Amino acid sequence: MAITVKVNQQLHTLDVPGDTPLLWVLRDVLGLKGTKYGCGIAMCGACTVHVNGQAVRSCITPVSSVEKAEITTIEGLAETEIHPVQQAWEEMDVPQCGYCQAGQIMTASALLAKTAQPTEAEINVAMSGNLCRCGTYPRIREAVHRAAELLSAKGGGL
Amino acid sequence: MNLTRRSFLKISAVAGGGFLLGLYESQVGVAQARGGFAAPPIEPRAFVKIAPDGKVTILAKNPEAGQGVKTMLPMLIAEELDVDWKDVKVELAEGEAKLYGFQFLGGSTSTPMNWDPLRRVGAAWRQMLVTAAADTWGVPASECETSAGRVHHAASGRTLGYGELVAKTASLTLPALDSVKLKDPARYTIIGASRSGVDNRAIVTGRPLFGIDVEPAGVLHAVVVKCPVFGGTVKTANTGEVEKLPGVWKVMVVAGTLTNDTVLPLNPGLEPGVAILAETWWQAQAARASLKVEWSLGPGVKQSSANFEQRANAALKQPFGQVVGAYGNVDAALDGATKVLEAVYSYPFLPHNTLEPQGSTASYKDGKLEIWSTTQDPAAVRRLTARVTGISGPDVTIHMVRAGGAFGRRYVNDTDVEAAWLSKQVGRPVKVTWSREDDMTHDSYRPAGTIGLKAGLDAQGRVVAWREHFVTFGDGKRTILNGGIELHDFPAGYVPAFQLGMSNSIPLSIRTGPLRAPGANGQAFVLQSFLDELAFAAGRDPLDLQLELLSRVPAAGFNFQPHNPFGSTDPERLRGVLETVAEMSDWRKRGKEQGRGMGIAAVFYHGSYFAEVAEVSVDAQSRITVRQIWAAGDMGSPVINPREAENQAFGGIIDGLSQMDQEITLANGVVQQENFDKQPLMRMSQTPKIEVRFCKTEFPPSGLGEPMLPPVIPAVTNAVFAATGRRIRTLPLRRSGFSFA
Ligand code: FES
Ligand code: FES
Repeated sequence: MAITVKVNQQLHTLDVPGDTPLLWVLRDVLGLKGTKYGCGIAMCGACTVHVNGQAVRSCITPVSSVEKAEITTIEGLAETEIHPVQQAWEEMDVPQCGYCQAGQIMTASALLAKTAQPTEAEINVAMSGNLCRCGTYPRIREAVHRAAELLSAKGGGL
Repeated sequence: MNLTRRSFLKISAVAGGGFLLGLYESQVGVAQARGGFAAPPIEPRAFVKIAPDGKVTILAKNPEAGQGVKTMLPMLIAEELDVDWKDVKVELAEGEAKLYGFQFLGGSTSTPMNWDPLRRVGAAWRQMLVTAAADTWGVPASECETSAGRVHHAASGRTLGYGELVAKTASLTLPALDSVKLKDPARYTIIGASRSGVDNRAIVTGRPLFGIDVEPAGVLHAVVVKCPVFGGTVKTANTGEVEKLPGVWKVMVVAGTLTNDTVLPLNPGLEPGVAILAETWWQAQAARASLKVEWSLGPGVKQSSANFEQRANAALKQPFGQVVGAYGNVDAALDGATKVLEAVYSYPFLPHNTLEPQGSTASYKDGKLEIWSTTQDPAAVRRLTARVTGISGPDVTIHMVRAGGAFGRRYVNDTDVEAAWLSKQVGRPVKVTWSREDDMTHDSYRPAGTIGLKAGLDAQGRVVAWREHFVTFGDGKRTILNGGIELHDFPAGYVPAFQLGMSNSIPLSIRTGPLRAPGANGQAFVLQSFLDELAFAAGRDPLDLQLELLSRVPAAGFNFQPHNPFGSTDPERLRGVLETVAEMSDWRKRGKEQGRGMGIAAVFYHGSYFAEVAEVSVDAQSRITVRQIWAAGDMGSPVINPREAENQAFGGIIDGLSQMDQEITLANGVVQQENFDKQPLMRMSQTPKIEVRFCKTEFPPSGLGEPMLPPVIPAVTNAVFAATGRRIRTLPLRRSGFSFA
């Protein structure tokens, strides 16, 4: 069954069952390994991607449901060399093992696209679906604030 | 840091129930222990590559799973080599003991074991490059200096870059490591200055980097379905039917090589099950739904958590199965005490839950085996895969790959063994990836434990007697892995009369193993909570009670080795961190308010000292909000990579908090928690403010992967007592009627 998806601006026509989770299409069919598997039941956020700008858990998203959508993965987040959220993550030295961080960055960038200067409470709400087993939360918090600064210096907007 | 073989084994034998002993008995470990920590048999040339353009590649010898060694270890070499950090590229070394010595992630050993030798590797290279320059110029080497990757001769104003000199070093001998002169720490430019993780760019941009991202050409993806009761074997399976499913390439019964025993080793062998190999992982995983297996259930089928509790409570009513250590007359001291306190504490089995599930990739071809492994112990991967493939020595290449968390789980190299065995069977590269459910239900769990305590106070509120009965799992003679107890944990040695006994007769058929800060991650909760109980009963500040105990002369024969990185408590250093954390948190000025409280705890662990204070509030529904944690740590000096060190401290503290409401329970041998919906890890919204201070003492740097974890648990439970008057003696929190808000 042919399915067409648009990932990071590129169209791909795939021969996969429609109920295949987007996560595994990205990883094993398109070879985009940046999006990670952690739980498969929408409890950890490691698999977060953007679907039409919204942060979505790709592990429970059937590929057939995103046929017409704009999908962005961590590999396609930056328009230039590096996205301000990624830059903030580097500056704050957020990663420990790093495994959750693609998902964290995708969630944070979706938050900042909607809410340029999020409050602590807004950060908590947006980010609490993303587990970090290594406990990088204090650094993620700093990095979200730093990214907000970088984005506003850039003139807002993603 | 001269740990002799004898003292080393003596210490190891009690540490965490023989865990360290087991590890160091590995081939490399024995060699290592014989030579002491300071002289690992390494090949210094293998660590550094200098290109003609002056770019330097430094190899990080130990596995990286988030503890920061891939950045920190090369910093040690770069500092003494005298290069600019921005010119350094870092790669993980291959798993090859002949070149890199003891390669290992665990025991917070990377810093203490490598601090000296790796700086010497850098210094030896530097000296060799200086010799090359001096020879070129015909001047004495003593007139040459180095900086930022260049050798200078001040008198003649000449200078040469390392890249220009490297060809010449091929014919030179690298100076012996113990002969080289190390830098004056005042001249450090790399050590002590924060460097961000060398893989950060790859991580934040999502480049393939982790074990799960490895994909050699022609790879088959595999899942291995195992019996829900550990160690069960396959009677029948509809392999032929499943093989017809789309993408499925092969379905095979794995007979396995497991020997079931009451006391399982860390790596008990290839576990039986059914392997499904497919073109993509999802095809293999989805095919599980059609797989029908009739199992011959594992030996643990009658084991349930409720039985464990009954048996532990029964054991507490019996005399000790064995005495671990004792001195003084505890009975007489208890008889003479003004007040006697008794309590029973318990803590549960815990999973590791590395966010990257277990997995490995192997490629067998023409009698040679290549493995891409996220192991904590590459030498073990070599040994264990040889058992199932028959391939060893130079025919095996082990690529160490960054792991998405380890925490002790990746000493168990089960997926490496599976991938190697499967690849040999099918003659194609095989990548095994466990589902989260596989990972949580087939872990090597942190053992549960139950401890009965009895202690006496005199009229001045001083502790005069301490009796401790530790109940664990085993066959009465042997104890399960990591199910032991440390004899020298404070307050042992500091109370005038002491008895520690153990009973190990509860059978267990699941695997256990080390979880970050093994032993102490459960036992510090017990010891530091009971000390808090004693302080309260005595009407004393718990900080004063601990400081006063630490001012006593420790009992003779308790192996008191003040400055030994793996030895007993140095009371001065423990006092130091307690006093520091008290000052940081304004402990002495804490208020008294219903529903809000502070607690304090301290631990010596793996060579480092941590004291922590927690401030909590507890609402009417017994929901705990951890408001703030203050942590004071002493792991000597210098702190090599300060910001990363702080990351580790944050991480260990959050890990400890996260452990407080987790558990693994068994019902008829089956693990009841399969995924994160049943295993509440701490989330961003629950994370407190954390303030960390490192007390830089003059001792050589010790490790920081683990020691900050144990004290946070009793700091919180003691704070909950201060807030509510209710003592948490059973973890997880929910079994004491509490939860995190
Ligand atoms: S893998 Fe999708 S939320 Fe965990
Ligand atoms: S950095 Fe390891 S899980 Fe977040």
